[in-house]
Amino acid sequence: MNTVHNVVIAGLGGQGVIKASDILADAAFRAGYDVKKSELHGMSQRGGSVSSDVRFGPQVWSPMVPAGEADALVVLEETQVEVNRGVLRPDGVLIGPELLDAEALKNKKSLNVTLLGALSTQLPIAQEHWLAAIHANLAPKLHKLNEQSFSLGRAAAERVAAKN
Amino acid sequence: MSDSPQLLSGDEAIALAALHAGVRLGTGYPGTPSTEILETFDRLGGRAQWSPNEKVALEVGLGAAFGGARTLVTMKHVGLNVAADPLFTAAYTDLVAGLVVVSADDPGMASSQNEQDNRHYARAAAVPMLEPMDSQEAYDFTLLAFEVSERWHLPVLLRITTRVCHAKTVVRPQNGFQAGSPVGPEPGFRRDIPARVMIPAYAKPAHRRLRQKLAEIAAWNDAEGPNRIFAGGSELCLIATGIAAMHAREAAPQASLLTIGMTYPLPLETIRTFAECCERVVVLEEGDPVLADALKAAGIAAEGKPEHYRYGELNVARVRRILAGDLSPEPVPPKGKPPELCQGCSHRGVFEVLRDLNCIVAGDIGCYTLGVLPPFQAMDTCVCMGASIGVGLGLRHVLPEAEARRVVSVIGDSTFVHSGITGLAEMVYNPPATGHVVLILDNGTTAMTGQQEHPGTGRTLSHDPTGRIHFEDLARAMGVQNVHLVDFQAAEGTLATLLKDLLAKSETSLVVTRQPCVLAAPKIRFYEKAAADRSATAPAAVVDD
Ligand SMILES: Cc1ncc(C[n+]2csc(CCOP(=O)(O)OP(=O)(O)O)c2C)c(N)n1
Ligand code: SF4
Repeated sequence: MNTVHNVVIAGLGGQGVIKASDILADAAFRAGYDVKKSELHGMSQRGGSVSSDVRFGPQVWSPMVPAGEADALVVLEETQVEVNRGVLRPDGVLIGPELLDAEALKNKKSLNVTLLGALSTQLPIAQEHWLAAIHANLAPKLHKLNEQSFSLGRAAAERVAAKN
Repeated sequence: MSDSPQLLSGDEAIALAALHAGVRLGTGYPGTPSTEILETFDRLGGRAQWSPNEKVALEVGLGAAFGGARTLVTMKHVGLNVAADPLFTAAYTDLVAGLVVVSADDPGMASSQNEQDNRHYARAAAVPMLEPMDSQEAYDFTLLAFEVSERWHLPVLLRITTRVCHAKTVVRPQNGFQAGSPVGPEPGFRRDIPARVMIPAYAKPAHRRLRQKLAEIAAWNDAEGPNRIFAGGSELCLIATGIAAMHAREAAPQASLLTIGMTYPLPLETIRTFAECCERVVVLEEGDPVLADALKAAGIAAEGKPEHYRYGELNVARVRRILAGDLSPEPVPPKGKPPELCQGCSHRGVFEVLRDLNCIVAGDIGCYTLGVLPPFQAMDTCVCMGASIGVGLGLRHVLPEAEARRVVSVIGDSTFVHSGITGLAEMVYNPPATGHVVLILDNGTTAMTGQQEHPGTGRTLSHDPTGRIHFEDLARAMGVQNVHLVDFQAAEGTLATLLKDLLAKSETSLVVTRQPCVLAAPKIRFYEKAAADRSATAPAAVVDD
């Protein structure tokens, strides 16, 4: 069966939304999936809303996640939740900073990667591909911090899941 | 980038293909969503240059193709309006080497002033057009475009749209390409006056030759063009172009689908055969009903989309609605936060002054167009690049004097070089009775499209030092009566005082406000330092060479 995984990442310009979706798309690609990723980023530098769609599976057609079909919505900034909620399917997962505890959020500059760590618990992509994608998409001096953020996000999501 | 599969945007895929096609020169002018093509080509080791505008970019590209070099010219859709003059007659000429012109359209206007559909240009200029639906086709069609261009000696348009440009999809490059290995002809001059000098005596037969070429290309497109059939049922058959083909495949996987890769001249016989054995044929295309109208004219029975799908992008949901004949109002997605001028942006201070002086502002295109939004609302017109000066002059000519004296033209540095210089010539030549004031907002970069260099920065596309146009010197040489610079060190209130003074005079004035874009400033400092270090350590220039 052609199961396509649909993820939307959203936030404001300058928060690293596109970088996060680049990392996710690259990780899925490394894991052997067909991948498509798309966003509109004409004015994103200047602080406006940005969202990016990533789809992966055996075969992906349209690069845009249809409304109501996202399995997961990752939101970097609370004000952007309502704007984007419509992309989620009824039982889809919303992942935002408010889900995570203070420990997980201590690296403020890499919030995007922290949330990817939390997202990773929901997706069939092995850890090695995530790490390789982080390395390939970020400057070497940022690798350590972002690896740590990724692990913090992942651990926090696991703690939340264990509680429920 | 090697031969193994890669995840690339359409823009990156075109750049990689250009490298593999042996393109010797890439020219263009920045414009979303096309900008990354030349930037990537440069990064991959290709030779890429920003021209002052799209017309010049195409002319340089045409010269290079006459000289026997494969050439890629890139621009956004509205850029082709600027380059239309050379395009229409370049089509009559016989090229030696391939010339591929990329038009990046923006249905839905993610970052543009209109959503014109440049498929009309292919037909109007009689130039073949290829339209990829993903990055793989963007790569393949770039290679194919050079073959078609060289086989029939004419320019080829590669039309891409925002989603194809910016979506990343998997690309398998063709085997065996070695960067730097010779592909395509060797440059060299061969005189061929009737093929390249378009006086009527040569242009008349050239037009007939062009129509003959198109007839041959149409036959080739039918026989072996880049059009694909996804087999399915005969109850529903879809004919789609570009990204619409992807939405179609997802929305109706059971339907038969014909995707058209070369959309001008159309493979009409292929389409006719495909449509004949279908119960219902639907054309899926973004923008104007170009394909639907062409099929109607050819007597092929096919449904188009309802009129309101002319506006905006298509997506899977919209395609489902078209297929279901659902005419109910579409859900409106919630509005996100609009962009605004960055905190600390140099344009902010200027628009505060224009607002406070109650100026009538003939505006232009760039980051500074955001001066139209609160808290400034200090822009009254914005139409196309360079229009601020002409529009400002037109207003000055006809408004009552008290209003005419409030008119100011505001233009960015990149936009000024693009198409403001001719406006300045107009101001000197036909000055309004009240004079006029032009403001160049020189932030040292083309900020809007992601900080590209231009002739006013004195750095090339790859940020190396080169010749620089000094706006103040240029304006003086052109005969502008008052020329002033207000830079970032000027005391508070300087610009307001100066403007008040100039608006009261009945003379022509140019004011350059100079302060770097805050996002670009660290990079500009870096480039300047790198250039200074290089000239300090480099041996003294050879002067007697
Ligand atoms: C004919 C045409 N080509 C390209 C563009 C894309 N574009 C819009 S504004 C702009 C230049 C902006 O640079 P500048 O004038 O320096 O203003 P800034 O953004 O730096 O404030 C470009 C390239 C366009 N709108 N029209
Ligand atoms: S990118 Fe530069 S020019 Fe554009 S709004 Fe920001 S500071 Fe201003």
